[in-house]
Amino acid sequence: MRELTYNEAAVEAVAEEMRRDPKIFYMSTDALPPLLKEFGPQRIRATPITEAALTGMSIGAAGSGFRPIVDWRQVTFCFVAMDQIVNQAAKIHYMFGGQVTFPILYRAAVGGGGLVAAQHSQSPYSMFMNVAGLKMFLPSTPHDIKGLLKTAIRDNNPVISFESSRLMTRKGPVPEEDYTIPLGKADVKREGTDVTVVALAWLVHEALAAAEELAKEGISVEVVDPRTLVPLDVETIRSSVRKTGRLVIADEAGPTAGFSAEVAAIVSEDPTTFARLKAPVKRVCALQVPIPYSPVLENHVFPDRNRIIAGIREVLEGRRSAAAA
Amino acid sequence: MQSLSPNLPPDKQREMLRRMLTIRRFEERASADYLAGKIYGVVHCYIGEEAVAVGVCSALDQSDRIISTHRGHGHCIAKGADLNRMMAELYGRQTGYCKGKGGSMHIADFGIGMLGANGIVAGGIAIVTGAGLAAQMEGKGGVAVSFFGDGASNAGPFHECLNIAATWKLPMLYVCENNFYAAQTSAAATHALSDVAERAAGYGIPGVVVDGNDIFAVYQAANTAVERARSGGGPTLIECKTYRWRSHTERRGQPDPRDPGEVEAWKRKDPIALLGRLLRDQGELDDAGLGAIEDDVMAALETAVAFAEASPFPLPEQATDDVFAA
Repeated sequence: MRELTYNEAAVEAVAEEMRRDPKIFYMSTDALPPLLKEFGPQRIRATPITEAALTGMSIGAAGSGFRPIVDWRQVTFCFVAMDQIVNQAAKIHYMFGGQVTFPILYRAAVGGGGLVAAQHSQSPYSMFMNVAGLKMFLPSTPHDIKGLLKTAIRDNNPVISFESSRLMTRKGPVPEEDYTIPLGKADVKREGTDVTVVALAWLVHEALAAAEELAKEGISVEVVDPRTLVPLDVETIRSSVRKTGRLVIADEAGPTAGFSAEVAAIVSEDPTTFARLKAPVKRVCALQVPIPYSPVLENHVFPDRNRIIAGIREVLEGRRSAAAA
Repeated sequence: MQSLSPNLPPDKQREMLRRMLTIRRFEERASADYLAGKIYGVVHCYIGEEAVAVGVCSALDQSDRIISTHRGHGHCIAKGADLNRMMAELYGRQTGYCKGKGGSMHIADFGIGMLGANGIVAGGIAIVTGAGLAAQMEGKGGVAVSFFGDGASNAGPFHECLNIAATWKLPMLYVCENNFYAAQTSAAATHALSDVAERAAGYGIPGVVVDGNDIFAVYQAANTAVERARSGGGPTLIECKTYRWRSHTERRGQPDPRDPGEVEAWKRKDPIALLGRLLRDQGELDDAGLGAIEDDVMAALETAVAFAEASPFPLPEQATDDVFAA
């Protein structure tokens, strides 16, 4: 199968959907050259640096029959549009009694690894998970981002595509033929029997590397990639944990009220799954700090395969280590 | 200074009067029912500003789109919303515009191009600018209108949207209802310039100040702006100087720092009485005609209240409906 980068797969998804549906148009503070070349400046709009206006305008255009895509570029830049995201986009369908639909795709790069410090290395998806009325996903492969983006563009709701900065140039197989991936469906990236690792984006790859390493010792690790954050595929996560009895959650965001906390909660509040747990749940997350610049500091803050391995060993020992990995 | 009556058919002028009167009577009833405990939460009345909504919407087609504010009943009625569904929404009933999920601050009717009242000051400006972009891309000559207050004119989206609309020549009307107070704080204390319309120069678009209590002045300014927008000339900022007769909300006992003399002076400039006088002077309306309009408005209002009272409340479990569209 041919290989594309994560970013190429994303652009291909947008282009294919724009060819299919003339109601789709794209707004971003800089136009993406390949899209601009094919679709022209009416549908690929370079805008002033006014994310609040763009985010709000997408709502009005969607309510008027269009299917806008707003590329915030980095998630950092959408915070100036929080009123439009939280008070307007998330609520407008519900608040007005479902009169019309608001099909909107928002795109935002997340995560660290770029040595660009606190304002440009953020993973705030759990803030958005907390707002009813928004769907969102965070894919780990070129294959998944293409399929999820195509589904999101066809969805009749505001959907946020969180996209991993670290994975933009990473290559992977992408089929030539048309395909979509449903929202709300996790993917078991590796099957195993001793411990479940639920990981997102870049940490899916770190978890797979950890699993490979531990396989040499006869430890069988299952890696579950939720892919979609809202709606979350609760059943796939629970059924994996029921099988293995142990759970490690790996997330590039901090732990506090985060995605990892949600996964721990949905596992522990289900009686059957809880009864199968052989060890406390372990979270392997970023430290709860703004992301620092210097490589020594940044590396210390983010989890990686070694910390995932340490976390797996901890749950296999069935007790909580005093020193948090 | 009164404007001359534009060259409008008498029926249209009487319809303007009927819509303004409908807004006033609807809100008088909404306030009374709110204080009686039949309407919940919060109610913001538009009374005193009726000429702005009706004057502007009289220059629009039904397919044109508008957005409103937390003080939204007037814009709904001016655009042609159904009183029954409005009152049912205020009563929190299943038959309301939003199935009881919105209330006074969130009435919308997308079928008539009313994209909603909005509880966030300046929250609607960007949304309706997107509707203006949609109208431009549709290429059918549609326009979009943002109603907002003097308070919103100090918020970021006002600047961002006027700049983008001017740059892209979007078919937009930005209608600032300057009632001189943002909630309890006076515009004089929060605006460096006394006329919001002066800011239009910063975007290279026309900015006009009109007497917002003179419906023909409002209508003529809107009509000029609509023609400009439909023909690809881009947006216009229209500032309507007007006044809110009542407190910021209908809640009992809230502070109102305004000078009672100032309120009384503005009541003497009642936009409805002014239009009534003009129609009388032109021979388009007599006492009997005015009485017939009043009876018609009150009958429609009584029907709306009866409809609301007879309507069922939502089922509790409907709270989880419509979070997402299919």
